[in-house]
Amino acid sequence: MTLPDAETLLAELAQQIRRDATPDTALVGIYTGGVWIAERLHRMLGLSTPMGTIDVAFYRDDYKKTGLRPGVKPSDIPFKVEGADIILVDDVLYTGRTIRAALNEIFDYGRPTSIRLAALVDRGGRQLPICPQFVGARVEVALDQSIELRRAQAGRFNLALMSRGA
Amino acid sequence: MNANLQMSAEGKLKHLLTTEGLPPEILLQILDTARSFCSVTERQVKKVPLLRGKAIFNLFFEPSTRTRTTFEIAAKRLSADVVNLNIATSSQTKGETLLDTVANLTAMHADMFIVRHGESGAAHLIARNVGPDIHVINAGDGRHAHPTQALLDMFTIRHYKGGFNHLRVAIVGDILHSRVARSEIHALTTLGVPEVRVIGPRTLLPRHVQNLGVHVFHDMAAGLKDVDVVMMLRLQHERMSGALLPSAGEFFKSYGLTPEKLAHAKPDAIVMHPGPMNRGVEIDSAVADGRQSVILPQVTFGIAVRMAVMGILAGN
Repeated sequence: MTLPDAETLLAELAQQIRRDATPDTALVGIYTGGVWIAERLHRMLGLSTPMGTIDVAFYRDDYKKTGLRPGVKPSDIPFKVEGADIILVDDVLYTGRTIRAALNEIFDYGRPTSIRLAALVDRGGRQLPICPQFVGARVEVALDQSIELRRAQAGRFNLALMSRGA
Repeated sequence: MNANLQMSAEGKLKHLLTTEGLPPEILLQILDTARSFCSVTERQVKKVPLLRGKAIFNLFFEPSTRTRTTFEIAAKRLSADVVNLNIATSSQTKGETLLDTVANLTAMHADMFIVRHGESGAAHLIARNVGPDIHVINAGDGRHAHPTQALLDMFTIRHYKGGFNHLRVAIVGDILHSRVARSEIHALTTLGVPEVRVIGPRTLLPRHVQNLGVHVFHDMAAGLKDVDVVMMLRLQHERMSGALLPSAGEFFKSYGLTPEKLAHAKPDAIVMHPGPMNRGVEIDSAVADGRQSVILPQVTFGIAVRMAVMGILAGN
């Protein structure tokens, strides 16, 4: 199958968010792909609130199985979470477990007024009651495959289809 | 002492007993993870749920304030349940009683032991005898090792100096009795510090210390010349028997770090000390409280580094 063009999806996502966003809307990207997308959205939308980045490693529900992977990044939310309207940004939305972890982490910074979810690609397969408000595209992918966001040297995004475990 | 005891067959860190023989990737994983934990302590809720439901026992057979407290804070910030046991020991304490204590705590469903003991090898002994799902951290054993102190020192150096492979580092004072110095030397050389020096009187340097890959100096002016990092050690009166030293005053004259002696180091050199400090013995107050001192940041970083060690071990 051919995957949609990531740059087209990003433009689509930006357009959806633009309709809703105010200058105070705060973006939080989830490492790694979600941070890339959030950085681009932040520029495209000309938001004034500095964007946040989070690594959900300390909140994952599979810690007992997999432990802490090397390369954990420091989370950084440089705005006041208390009372903020946040859009959480990820690249590929699948089971929803990463989003659950991210929500828990954000609440340890404070109590936001609202959190909405933006994903470049929604591949279905949710295992938790989590639903995105902004989506670039919905894509059907076989269970043994995964979609990965890649960033080329010039910063251009593309999507790649991978076999799981490969 | 078998260093491989701390690694699983898959090359994962199971216990942290010594920095000796640890591959650089594991040292760096601990430092990187610690950096992420630093940001946790700046939030409204200074806790993560990682070790929720785990029971961690602080087993201290030797007095300690800083190390025990920072381990306790670190465990609590990981949401673990912590039990502190300060066990005064007699010199007769033998392996059997130690293992009995551990067996009893294991029966209380301990998940991790943090062990400080006056005998070298105590943490290794425990690690060899615990069940497969229990992790052991050495918080100082005799003169042998104090790996989390060395790791927090590495974290401090990387924080202020940006890396390791361009540095000249001097460790000063009572190297002979210092488990901190041994662990630091192994960590510094593994992380690629090109020049590690030890400075001290002959009586306080272990024989063949140069076999660890360090340069030996007996004079502060020569030893501190152009170094980037000065790591002071505590003069360990309690571990000394016999006349290794004329007096504390004599020691200070020759090896106490004063502003005058520190002037031989690079102007931006940092000064470290693992604590507790003997002011006026190994370090002058003007240096300890001075511009180049990073002694209190070391303590703060110690929490994040211990969180990282516990977080990595408990998941492996």
